[in-house]
Amino acid sequence: MSSSSKYYLNYLDELESEAIYVLREVWAQFQNPVILFSGGKDSIVVTHLAKKAFHPSKIPFALMHVDTGHNFPETIKFRDDIIKELGVNLIVGSVQESIDEGRVAEEKGKNATRNALQITTLLDAIEANKIDCAIGGGRRDEEKARAKERFFSHRDDFGQWDPKNQRPELWNIFNGKYFEGEHFRAFPISNWTEMDVWNYIKRENIAIPSLYFAHEREVVWRQDAWIPNSEFLVLEDHEEIVTKKIRFRTLGDITITGGIESDADTLEKIADEVSGMRQTERGNRSDDKRSESAMEDRKRQGYF
Amino acid sequence: MLDNNQLLRFTTAGSVDDGKSTLIGRLLYDSKSIFEDQLQSIETTSKKKGHEGVDLALFTDGLRDEREQGITIDVAYRYFTTPKRKFIIADTPGHIQYTRNMVTGASTANVATILVDARHGVIEQTKRHAFIASLLNIPHVIVCVNKMDLVDFSEEVFNDIVSQFEEISSKMLIKDVRFIPMSALLGDNVVNKSENMSWYQGAPMLNMLETMHISSDVNKIDARFPVQTVLRPQNESYRDYRGYAGRIASGVFRVGDEVTVMPSGFTSVIKSINLNDQDLEEAFAPMSVAMTLEDDIDISRGDMIVRSNNKPEATQDLEVMLCWLNNSPAKPRAKYTIKHTSNDQKAMIKEVIYKIDINTLGRNEDDKDLKMNDISKVKIRTTKPLMIDDYRENRTTGSLILVDDDTNETVAAGMIV
Repeated sequence: MSSSSKYYLNYLDELESEAIYVLREVWAQFQNPVILFSGGKDSIVVTHLAKKAFHPSKIPFALMHVDTGHNFPETIKFRDDIIKELGVNLIVGSVQESIDEGRVAEEKGKNATRNALQITTLLDAIEANKIDCAIGGGRRDEEKARAKERFFSHRDDFGQWDPKNQRPELWNIFNGKYFEGEHFRAFPISNWTEMDVWNYIKRENIAIPSLYFAHEREVVWRQDAWIPNSEFLVLEDHEEIVTKKIRFRTLGDITITGGIESDADTLEKIADEVSGMRQTERGNRSDDKRSESAMEDRKRQGYF
Repeated sequence: MLDNNQLLRFTTAGSVDDGKSTLIGRLLYDSKSIFEDQLQSIETTSKKKGHEGVDLALFTDGLRDEREQGITIDVAYRYFTTPKRKFIIADTPGHIQYTRNMVTGASTANVATILVDARHGVIEQTKRHAFIASLLNIPHVIVCVNKMDLVDFSEEVFNDIVSQFEEISSKMLIKDVRFIPMSALLGDNVVNKSENMSWYQGAPMLNMLETMHISSDVNKIDARFPVQTVLRPQNESYRDYRGYAGRIASGVFRVGDEVTVMPSGFTSVIKSINLNDQDLEEAFAPMSVAMTLEDDIDISRGDMIVRSNNKPEATQDLEVMLCWLNNSPAKPRAKYTIKHTSNDQKAMIKEVIYKIDINTLGRNEDDKDLKMNDISKVKIRTTKPLMIDDYRENRTTGSLILVDDDTNETVAAGMIV
């Protein structure tokens, strides 16, 4: 708390207080909640908030990672380090296993991704581990379908979201009641914007993967973004690999996450850069570019 | 942004025709809160639909069905920030069949903005929106008299609408009401001051939102701390730690305060107030903290810690203004789960006293059915006491929801009177 001489909170303290309240409600209302941890900044902030919400107890949730196999190596290392530091369990849902077991089929073609395949893996992992609430770092400002998401968001026994038939959410009273086989998603940082997240990371000095800071990297220009070179990249004839100083605004699969050219190598510089951005952060994610309602369609099926 | 910048939540109610979406689009556009790729996507859709220019309204329609039908059916949340404040807009539809969505959006708002079409003046819908703002006890109301360009920016027309509104609002409990003549389409008095209405001495809407006093919107008098969960760490250094975790609903708590735990009635003294690893001397609403007490008392979720010299009422009998939210009407004498702060109990609607005709605001004592969007005064009996305050005094300890145990759906929202 920055000052206690005044009796009002600044916007970051109010957002933090709201998120801590939501996390404690999740803990009180569910039997077996987990934090969906991707290694991206939003799930890192949620994990940090959980640390604060339950201090001096340790975080009472396991972290769950849906592993597409198409990871940035830096993200996996970051994940393993944070698990060790917090002393919590890690649950991994593997998309590769879902493919091997024939639960899903790999997409074909040059823009093939494993993005949509995660839905099956996620829902299988939720069922196998008897998880009744998966806490995510989704924010309402990210995408238009997310603007109508609740803090406590109901999923039916097929894991599906029914956006037109959501439970009304009034004041700060959350209804997490469910029947056997159903589950919830909870979004403690619903009301945060990308800028709020960066300002908070800066204020709290939260550790984030090096990928967010400007660094030299081999990349290729595709769909208006710098896609990183990796073992999964298949080059087209006209494409060429170049080395650029870039950083990532969001982290997803290495195959679909586009970087931006940047010199921002400190949290200060990143926050400054983000505040001047004229494009949304998901503008660099090819998973959202497929159609006007790409996110809504995936969310209905059970996506994050 | 500065460290002391506050967060302001406001709600907009309106229908397709009164320019609500245009107003929001204008606010976001002129405050440079719309990103280029969002604008591009709106431009593409506008062209596809054959609209002239950019239809800013498209920006506020979220789900596919809504975009296709051109309506807003649910509460959508929008965000923007200026150098002075962060804003959250709860954008709700304005038609009578969406009363429940308006009530939902209004429940957390500091400010209600009510749109009036300058050509039509105060109509039934305006009355309904004002009533919801008053019922939900929204601290501030801004009446946006829109489409002033279509009435030649006439001061007379504006003053006339102000008197019409004041006539209806004088019968309601609205503490702070302000009026702005504007044209959202042309941008007059939204972000920038209108050059067409020099007779208007007040501030444009954004400036008003940026500067209005909201620190007093939260009750800082009656100290209430509903316990969400108890923290009992399993580690050596905190062996005897027993922290009561929660979000302060109202008032201020200080270390050393004498407190009473309700409903048990045991008293103790606050030993420490913690936020993460910090020890605080005092904490106030709406902070999330953990408290420890000097005495070892049995306290669990649903209990409320209050200052001993200022207690809420503990009662099983409530009088409530109830808004029905569900497609299935209330079942006579059925049991529901009542959720009030962190407390869950069973409850029964014992009696419907009257229903409000939301257009005339008259009371109907003959029609006792509770159907979707109905607002009624009812008597509720709970199986165990709740620790309550009047909703007018306290939006947290005065509010509740009812959950149908057969469907688990949230079926009603209540304000204690």
